[in-house]
Amino acid sequence: MRFSVFNLARQALSAHRNWPEQWRSPEPKNAYDAIIIGAGGHGLGTAYYLAKEHGMRNIAVLEKGWLGGGNTGRNTTIIRSNYLWEESQGLYEHAVKLWENLSQELNYNVMYSARGVMMLAHTIHDIQVFKRHVHANRLQGIDNEWLTPEQAKEFCPILNIAPNMRYPILGAALQRRGGVARHDAVAWGYARAASAMGVDIIQNCEVTGIRRDANGAVSGVETTRGLIGTKKIGVVAAGHTSVVMGMADVRMPLESYPLQALVSEPIKPIMPCVVMSNTIHAYMSQSDKGELVIGAGTDAYTSYSQTGGLHITTHTLDAICELFPNVRRLRMLRNWGGIVDVTPDRSPIIGKTPVKGLYVNCGWGTGGFKATPGSANVFAHTIAKDEPHPINAAFTLDRFRTGRLIDEAAAAAVAH
Amino acid sequence: MLLIPCPHCGPRPEIEFRYAGEAHVARAADPGAVNDQDWAEYLYFRSNPKGIHFERWRHVSGCARFFNCVRDTVSDKILTTYPAGEKKPDLGTLMKEAGR
Repeated sequence: MRFSVFNLARQALSAHRNWPEQWRSPEPKNAYDAIIIGAGGHGLGTAYYLAKEHGMRNIAVLEKGWLGGGNTGRNTTIIRSNYLWEESQGLYEHAVKLWENLSQELNYNVMYSARGVMMLAHTIHDIQVFKRHVHANRLQGIDNEWLTPEQAKEFCPILNIAPNMRYPILGAALQRRGGVARHDAVAWGYARAASAMGVDIIQNCEVTGIRRDANGAVSGVETTRGLIGTKKIGVVAAGHTSVVMGMADVRMPLESYPLQALVSEPIKPIMPCVVMSNTIHAYMSQSDKGELVIGAGTDAYTSYSQTGGLHITTHTLDAICELFPNVRRLRMLRNWGGIVDVTPDRSPIIGKTPVKGLYVNCGWGTGGFKATPGSANVFAHTIAKDEPHPINAAFTLDRFRTGRLIDEAAAAAVAH
Repeated sequence: MLLIPCPHCGPRPEIEFRYAGEAHVARAADPGAVNDQDWAEYLYFRSNPKGIHFERWRHVSGCARFFNCVRDTVSDKILTTYPAGEKKPDLGTLMKEAGR
């Protein structure tokens, strides 16, 4: 059922008791044309674009837990495209353009809010790096501008620009089209739209093995709910990518780290934008509920525990209190961790693998949410056509052999 | 925060250490004879296991020495640590000692 003023009024007559389920929960079939492993935003989006743009509707998304319960539901929802290299700019800008119309396309309010993302410079090195980013972005027609400390404070009035800070703010790079979106709604919106086109979304179904035929091509997946046949598998398993790819004997250039975030008690609106600081390891925005959403750096060691050390969050809150002195007495409501898969060059891997019929979309590290629609869109193209879209052609697994890395360590903005 | 038993200094809090990635990744004896794929394996590809992980740490704020550590990446429990250069400990014996 479409969400519209008419349907809202009609459902109001029965006290909103008769809204239908938003997506079906079918039993798995014996075989599908393609299977996506992982029902996060990227995986559900891939299924949506496969069905919508490539006519592949006999497909399934398998999820070991619940839909959107991994990093899609754990991130700090920041969206921006101010990356350094042309390859990355193409990929992230493709995503931002899809974000701009995503609510209308999915008939689901993903609450995309282009409120501006400001990245703070605290050292001469920061200034040089961010100015280089500003120029590189503007050459590609992507908005990004340099602000003095006074202009930064004008844009975000609660910012502390006192010169006697431990790490004074020397300037900032601002992308006005950057912003935030409602993370859960992205997963739910894609799931609802994909399900309506016939995509089976199967939760509580963990993949335990990948079957191969005599020629080495994939022939199916073993799951906790039985064997399912397929000729095409798209792995979108975030922190668990190395584990899933290991089932097909493919080693990955990935390491999985815990990344933590936390939210404060809700307060009235005090913060009009997103502020990030790579140098002192903190970033913050305010949700529509009023909570301050705060992100920390990754923990030092690889782990699958979905928890991190308290000293990491303490370190982040030290920085937050210095940047925004007026939030010092706020209490924190919740903190949590997610497991992020980090590549050596901090850029994702989207494409084919040495195994025929096996495709992978991984390595988003600490910044995958912003790319959700763009990543899903080009990955669906890669699976359907068996060749990459021009936008993701450079993001191969093979680049680690050829040496054509896409180094975005400075643009990743999260300390790791 | 992990409590890490440095083989030279004893148990110390994690903030005294730097993590240094997977252990026992050996550089080729004759680098000139290594092809591109094997260089990529050495430089970038990691086992990244969900379970027992052999890894290096450096006690930067203590003895400053590198050492190896065996840790379960699901529970973050450390099974043992041993000086750099020693052979991989036997996993079966370690698991028995840890009562698993």
